[in-house]
Amino acid sequence: MNNQKTIKNIEQDLIDDFSLFETWEEKYEYLIDLGKKLAPLDPAFKTEDRKIKGCQSSVWIHSYKKDGLVHFEGDSDAIIVRGLVGLMIMVLNGQPSKEIVGAPLDFINTIGLSSHLAQTRSNGLRAMIKQMKMDAGVLG
Amino acid sequence: MKTEGTYDVQAIRAQFPILSRKVKGKDLVYLDNAATAQKPLAVIDALVHYYSHYNANIHRGLHTLADEATAAYEASRTAVKDFVGASSPDEIIFTKGTTDSINLVAHSWGKSFLQEGDEIIITSLEHHANIVPWQMIAAEKKAILRVIPIDDNGILDMEAFKAMLGAKTKFVSVIHVSNALGIINPVEEIIELAHQHNALVLVDGAQSSVHLDIDVQTLGCDFYAFSGHKIYGPTGVGVLYGRKDLLESMPPYQGGGEMIKEVRFEHTTYNELPFKFEAGTPNIADVIALKAGIDFINNIGKAVIRKHEEMLLEYATAQLKDIAGLRIIGDVKNKVSVISFVIDGVHPQDLAILLDNQGVAVRTGHHCAQPLMHRLGIVGTTRASFAAYNTLEEIDVLTQALNKSLKMLL
Repeated sequence: MNNQKTIKNIEQDLIDDFSLFETWEEKYEYLIDLGKKLAPLDPAFKTEDRKIKGCQSSVWIHSYKKDGLVHFEGDSDAIIVRGLVGLMIMVLNGQPSKEIVGAPLDFINTIGLSSHLAQTRSNGLRAMIKQMKMDAGVLG
Repeated sequence: MKTEGTYDVQAIRAQFPILSRKVKGKDLVYLDNAATAQKPLAVIDALVHYYSHYNANIHRGLHTLADEATAAYEASRTAVKDFVGASSPDEIIFTKGTTDSINLVAHSWGKSFLQEGDEIIITSLEHHANIVPWQMIAAEKKAILRVIPIDDNGILDMEAFKAMLGAKTKFVSVIHVSNALGIINPVEEIIELAHQHNALVLVDGAQSSVHLDIDVQTLGCDFYAFSGHKIYGPTGVGVLYGRKDLLESMPPYQGGGEMIKEVRFEHTTYNELPFKFEAGTPNIADVIALKAGIDFINNIGKAVIRKHEEMLLEYATAQLKDIAGLRIIGDVKNKVSVISFVIDGVHPQDLAILLDNQGVAVRTGHHCAQPLMHRLGIVGTTRASFAAYNTLEEIDVLTQALNKSLKMLL
């Protein structure tokens, strides 16, 4: 028996959480809070090869395999982006490589964060997701 | 609060359709004018009118539409000539923008006249557009790129510049007004000093052209480059002013139609100025509409707009300085209506996201001036820049939106 929630399950939980937010302020306060709570990445892992260099902020993703599943840690110098890192870790951490690589991650549109996907030059979610999927693919 | 006097900002705003739109349910407060200015209806109409009434290729066709399009295109060249105080329309080359203009000079002039060991001088305040083209040609020609240092406020070290000048100095390319900080550089003095050493000077006028009175003959610069979209004109069109004798001595930058006089497979003779530098079908519609942007500025008067912008700058500076932890970068007297700032413990990107959710458009980041940010020891700034149509009320919205954002972030 596998009690681990699937990516789809976690996405649905987030959709439910975000549906309770009535204003943009609540949504961003949630992301800021998530950013503040995200465990800081060990500086030893803040290396150039783990860095997604954006036009505005930097993101680091550290990926590794444990018990056959892919795990992520991450960080950013901007707090909302850090919240987005936290959000993606929440969804993808501890999942099988194949699931991560194939996840459509539609929830981003549903919870109203699609504008962060479009920000290709400012280190948006798109670059982050691409990196996480690539890492998952490599780790296999 | 100061009054706006006889300056009818609402009448000006009424000319800009975009200013009445909402962003995320809020009234748009557009304070990213140093990136690009919004367009008055006259500019939008000029584009529509051209495509609806006299779209044709210029300079060649022998029909009515071609005549009308050619006349409008050349009328725009004359308007630009007057706008920068050039002595002849032949000295006005239409390009894609400031970046294209600088590349034209770096490659055309540089290819012909730069030699190994020659020196090109730029400043620490440059936009990447006035760094990279020079690096490219310097690498090709084994020339040396030197950089005038600044102090912590962004003021150029003129003594260091004087010490740099010498027999090897061939070219000085300098940003007139810093896009990142708004600081006005002493280009008159730079030009005079450079000329004493027989070096040519290009002034990057991307930011100065909209705010300051430009007379290239009084300035004495050899080249002046700017973009149409920052002076209320369309995107995709820019200008290179060049002294006629210099432009004549320079080889064409690109080959193709329009720039030729006669083509044989053995040999081609090039067209005269300014066509020599305008290969291919130019950006006719945008060039024509650029005149409407210039007319918009002239109709109000640059000095009148500047007075309004200075009032906004003064008000905004005082308001922002009241915010705890906020530090204005380049807080100097001699600047245009741009405020670049950092706030302790706050990343500019976070601010931009939260301001956008409140309808406020500002620019954050390194402003395509990474070496400058590096020199100042910051990752980037938040930049609010004001134009003819901005109001004191919008600055109040900015201040409130900033305070709200900080409350959320800190």
